[in-house]
Amino acid sequence: MQTNILSLCYLIGSVSFIIGLKMLSNPVTARRGNLVSAAGMAIAIFGTLFLYQPAGTHFHNQQWIIGAMIIGTVIGSVAARKVKMTAMPEMVSIFNGMGGLCAALISVVELGRIAQDHSDMHVLSILAGMVIGCVSFAGSMIAYGKLSGKIKDHTFPGQHILNLLILLAVLAMGAFIIHGDSAAPVFIFCGILALSLGYGILFVLPIGGADMPVVISLLNSFTGVATACAGFLYNNQVMLTGGILVGSAGAILTILMCKAMNRSIKNVLIGSFGGSTVVAGSTATGDQGAYKEISLSDSAMVMKYARKVMIVPGYGLAVAQAQHACHELEQSLRNNGVEVKYAIHPVAGRMPGHMNVLLAETDVSYDDLLELEAANEQFSSTDVVLILGANDVVNPAAENDPSSPIYGMPVLQVWKAKSVIINKRSMRPGYAGIENQLFFLPNSSMLFGDAKDVLQQLILQVKEL
Amino acid sequence: MEIFLNFIQSNIELFYIVILSVFLGIEVISRVPSVLHTPLMSGANAIHGVIIIGSIIVMAEASPDNYLVLTLGFIAVIVGTINVVGGFVVTDRMLEMFKSTKGSAPKPNKDK
Repeated sequence: MQTNILSLCYLIGSVSFIIGLKMLSNPVTARRGNLVSAAGMAIAIFGTLFLYQPAGTHFHNQQWIIGAMIIGTVIGSVAARKVKMTAMPEMVSIFNGMGGLCAALISVVELGRIAQDHSDMHVLSILAGMVIGCVSFAGSMIAYGKLSGKIKDHTFPGQHILNLLILLAVLAMGAFIIHGDSAAPVFIFCGILALSLGYGILFVLPIGGADMPVVISLLNSFTGVATACAGFLYNNQVMLTGGILVGSAGAILTILMCKAMNRSIKNVLIGSFGGSTVVAGSTATGDQGAYKEISLSDSAMVMKYARKVMIVPGYGLAVAQAQHACHELEQSLRNNGVEVKYAIHPVAGRMPGHMNVLLAETDVSYDDLLELEAANEQFSSTDVVLILGANDVVNPAAENDPSSPIYGMPVLQVWKAKSVIINKRSMRPGYAGIENQLFFLPNSSMLFGDAKDVLQQLILQVKEL
Repeated sequence: MEIFLNFIQSNIELFYIVILSVFLGIEVISRVPSVLHTPLMSGANAIHGVIIIGSIIVMAEASPDNYLVLTLGFIAVIVGTINVVGGFVVTDRMLEMFKSTKGSAPKPNKDK
C-alpha cells in the first residue's frame, strides 16, 4: 500500500517536472511553472521521507534526514534571498555544484556496498554518477570563482592533451573495476574520485569568464545525467525522468545560448577565440584611427535636449551594478520630455536574459525594453544612443567584416543613430577580443569611466542644466 | 555482449523512459525566447535537485552505527536540499521581476 502511494507520488512528481519546464519556457506562465515543479518536488521528497520502505530493513535515521533537510533549507533559502540580482549566475552555479556533490557522495556510499551487489550495470551507473557528479561539482565551483572574479583565466600549453589523458585514465580505471575478477583495491576508487575532480577543474579553468553561462548550462546538464544514473541505480522513476529531462533540456539550452552568442560549443570549450585573437586585436589598435572623447556635461546636454534616447545596457552595467542609476537617469530625462527606450541584445550582460532581469528589478517598464529587431527599426529615428559597457553586441564588424570572428552575429545597429555615446572603462576590447570600429565612427564619442559613477554624474548634470 | 543484451531486455521500460525523456526535454525547451534562458536554466537546475531522493534512500538504508555512511549521507542530504530549495527560490525571485513588470504593463499602446 505504502509503496503504491509512493509510486503515485513519483508519477505526480515526474509529470509536474515536465509541465513545469514547459510552462517555464513561456514568459506568461513561467512563474507558475516554477511553482508547479516545486510542488511536484515536494510531493516526491516527502513521499520518500514518509513512505519509502527499504528492502528487508526499517527506515533508519529519519530524524537525521529531517535535520539535514532543515539545515539545507535554511542555507539554501537564505542564500537565494540574499544574493544580489547581479550575482545570480554565480548562485546558480553554486546550487548546481551542490547537486553534483550530492550525486558524487551517493555514488561513493554505494561503491562501498559494491561487494554485496555486484551487477556490472549497477557498478557502471555508480561510477558514471560519481565521475559526472565530481566533474559537475568541481567545474561549478571554478565557474563560481571565475564569475565572482576570484579565479583568473588560466591556460598552459598541452592543457587539452592533459584533459584528454585524464579522461582516458578515468575510463581505464572504470573498466578495470567493472571487469576485474576480484574486488578492486580502494586506491583505484580514490584515484577515479581525484581525477574526476581534477578534470572538472581543468575543464573549466581555461574558459573565459564571459562564456561561463554556457559552461554552467552544460554542467547543469551533466548534473542531470548524474541524477539519472542514480535513478537508474535505485530504479527510481522520478530521479530518472527528472535527471534525463534536465540532461537533455540543459544540452539544448546550452546550444541555444551558444547560438544566441554566435559561438559554437566547440569554440567555447576549446576556447579558440580568446587566447590568440586578444593579442592580435590589441596590437592592431594603432592603425584604427582616433576616437574622440566627450565630457560629462556635454553628454548630459545632448541627451537632455534630444527627442529620443536609446540606452544600450551591457556587461559593464551589470558589473558596475548600475541598473538603479540607469533607471534614475531614464526618469530624469523623461521628466524633461525625452523619449527613453532600452535596446536589449539577447546576450547582453552576463547571461542571456540577464539584462531584462536586472532592469526589471528597478521597475523599468516592460514596454520600454526593446528586443533586437524592434530596436534596430528605431535606431534611425534616435537622436542619442547611450551605450553602457556593451561592446561586441554593437560591433558593426559583425555585419560588414567577414573576417571578423563575430561576423554573422545579430547586433544592435546603433551606428544608424544621429550620435552615439559609448561609456566604457577603457579602450580594451570586449570578450571576443576584437576591435570595435564603432568607436572610431564620426558620430561616436567615448565617455570613459565606471558605468555607475558616470550615470550618477549624468543625473546630477541633467538636473542642473 | 550477452550480458548487455540481457540487461537491456530486463530493463526495457527504463530504456523507453530514458529515450522518451530525452526527446521530451528537447521538445519542451527548443522554442524558448532568449529572455527566459537564465530563469529556465535555474529552474532546470532546481529540478535535478531531485537527486536528494537518492541521498534520503542512502540515509534510510544505512544502519545507525555506520558513521562513515551516515556522515556522507548527512552531507549529501544537506547539499541536495540546498540545490532544491535554493534553486526554486532563486528562480522564483528572477521570475517575480518579470511578472511584476508584466503586471504593471497592461497598457501596450502607451507609445503609439
